[in-house]
Amino acid sequence: MSIEPAVTASFAPSPVNSTHRPYGKAALRLLGGFLIGEILFFLVLPTLLVIPISLNDSSYIEFPPKGLTLRWYIDFLSDPDWRAATIFSLQIALATTVASTVIGTLAAIGLVRGNLPGKTLLRALSLGPMIVPHVVFGVALYLVFSPLSLTGNFAGFLIAHTVLAVPYVIITVSAALERFDTSLELAALNCGASRSRAFISVVLPNIAPAVAAASVFAFLASFDEATVAFFISDTGGKTISRKMFEDIDFNLTPVIAAVSTLLVAVSLLLMGTIHLLTGRGED
Amino acid sequence: MTTTVENPRVVPARPASWFFSRSARQYSHALTFLLIAPLMLLLAGGFIYPIGRLVSLSLMAPGFTLEHYERIVTEPLYMEVLFRTLQTGAIVTVTSLLLGFPVSFLMAHAKGRMAMLVSAAVLVPLWTSVLVRSYAWIVLLQRNGIVNGLLIESGLIGSPLKLIYTEGAVILAMTHVLMPFMILPVYNVLRTIPAEYTQAARNLGAGPISAFWRVTLPLSLPGIFAGCVMCFILAIGFYITPALVGGPGALMMATLIGQQTTVLLDWPFAAALATVLLTTTLIFVLVFRKALSVSKGMNSVN
Repeated sequence: MSIEPAVTASFAPSPVNSTHRPYGKAALRLLGGFLIGEILFFLVLPTLLVIPISLNDSSYIEFPPKGLTLRWYIDFLSDPDWRAATIFSLQIALATTVASTVIGTLAAIGLVRGNLPGKTLLRALSLGPMIVPHVVFGVALYLVFSPLSLTGNFAGFLIAHTVLAVPYVIITVSAALERFDTSLELAALNCGASRSRAFISVVLPNIAPAVAAASVFAFLASFDEATVAFFISDTGGKTISRKMFEDIDFNLTPVIAAVSTLLVAVSLLLMGTIHLLTGRGED
Repeated sequence: MTTTVENPRVVPARPASWFFSRSARQYSHALTFLLIAPLMLLLAGGFIYPIGRLVSLSLMAPGFTLEHYERIVTEPLYMEVLFRTLQTGAIVTVTSLLLGFPVSFLMAHAKGRMAMLVSAAVLVPLWTSVLVRSYAWIVLLQRNGIVNGLLIESGLIGSPLKLIYTEGAVILAMTHVLMPFMILPVYNVLRTIPAEYTQAARNLGAGPISAFWRVTLPLSLPGIFAGCVMCFILAIGFYITPALVGGPGALMMATLIGQQTTVLLDWPFAAALATVLLTTTLIFVLVFRKALSVSKGMNSVN
């Protein structure tokens, strides 16, 4: 929306040799800038669109909105189904964060600093949940969980989401451990620290930002997870994603826009926190 | 001289034990095993066992059989779905590359506020739940949606077009979800190409297009390759987006599996379909695993 003019105005990869045909070039650059502006607009449009729709004062979708209201947010907060789904999702996401951060961090330390036989295989396996299509994993979990009545169940979701979140923790913490200079740890040992003391006072503070970032990834991996949640939810327990899926499929109300806006706000807030924690963004 | 930290004779302040190895840089097998054990337990019970059960179910009826796989191969409908899945994956991958490459290029070359703006435009959708995005596409493309409204108001069309629940809508929405997975690996490679290379090509007489075509593009191939493999394997396993914005006529492998399990309750056949999808994905990952290592870090999108 407001991004377009900015993009068009300043798209200028520094010219090396700009004596030939300056006008043709300027036109080309303008056209290129315009096209990229369109692509960037395409990228952010769906995320930004839900905000005006969630504030629109009509059950019909109107754009631009004719009147503003917070009715859909109030509807969301007062609907027991949405409330139950939100609380269930938050509980699962918080428990998943703790479980996957602990398990993933320990494993990352073992994988980076240890040298067990079959380490490469184990590393590949630990990334498996990222590669296996979620629909396959979801169906497989339903098959196993159903006879154990673990569908729609906190423990079932905790297992499923921890499996899905743990690769993000392993990748993030492993990267930090590989950057860590082990001489610092050896120096601490030389100064008389015990192994555990050196780990707690030297290694841990160094990887702490990465562990914190990993826990945010884990939270979002669980909170925004949709496919596996679709298969292992049931009437007794469903996450906010499953509830959204049902409502989008059956009754398309502006409450979904309000929930969407809140989900986007949570994601952006948490990812902004990661930027602050690590000073870098995308991985 | 003798007191460098790395001198091995200085390091073991304590004698080695079964638990702490002699080298502090590398942990003993016992300690490593303890660290990795929770992960192994989790993956064995929560990942390998369920998937193993699924694969074994696909071979049972109730004794060992290949009849479910025979059905997939012999009934044209299912081969059609498999073919459509691979085709859609390919289309989405190519579209993501064509739209994503210019963005990666800008991201690698922009500076200051511009760079922040472009990165934000790439990362914001990446962090937005697929459900939110599917919802937004439905709002935009449905019969009385925003796009149809704008087109009718501007007088371009008389009656609303059928935009949603089509293969086109699936391709559009999937491209949107997968583009960041193309843009980021390509960007990672592009920013490592020294600007001097292009300048050298220009100084030697190459035009801007020729310099791009013969220097920048070939050097960015590892990133392009990684992005393509990633997009493709994510695309063929996609469930939520095709289930919500696709129509009944445009079944993909994932939506077919969903239909078999939630509507028709044909579990062994669904298991066989899932095994085919899993095997296809794993083959691609194994064949292209070198390419994938360039782009670390996938996000949960499907």
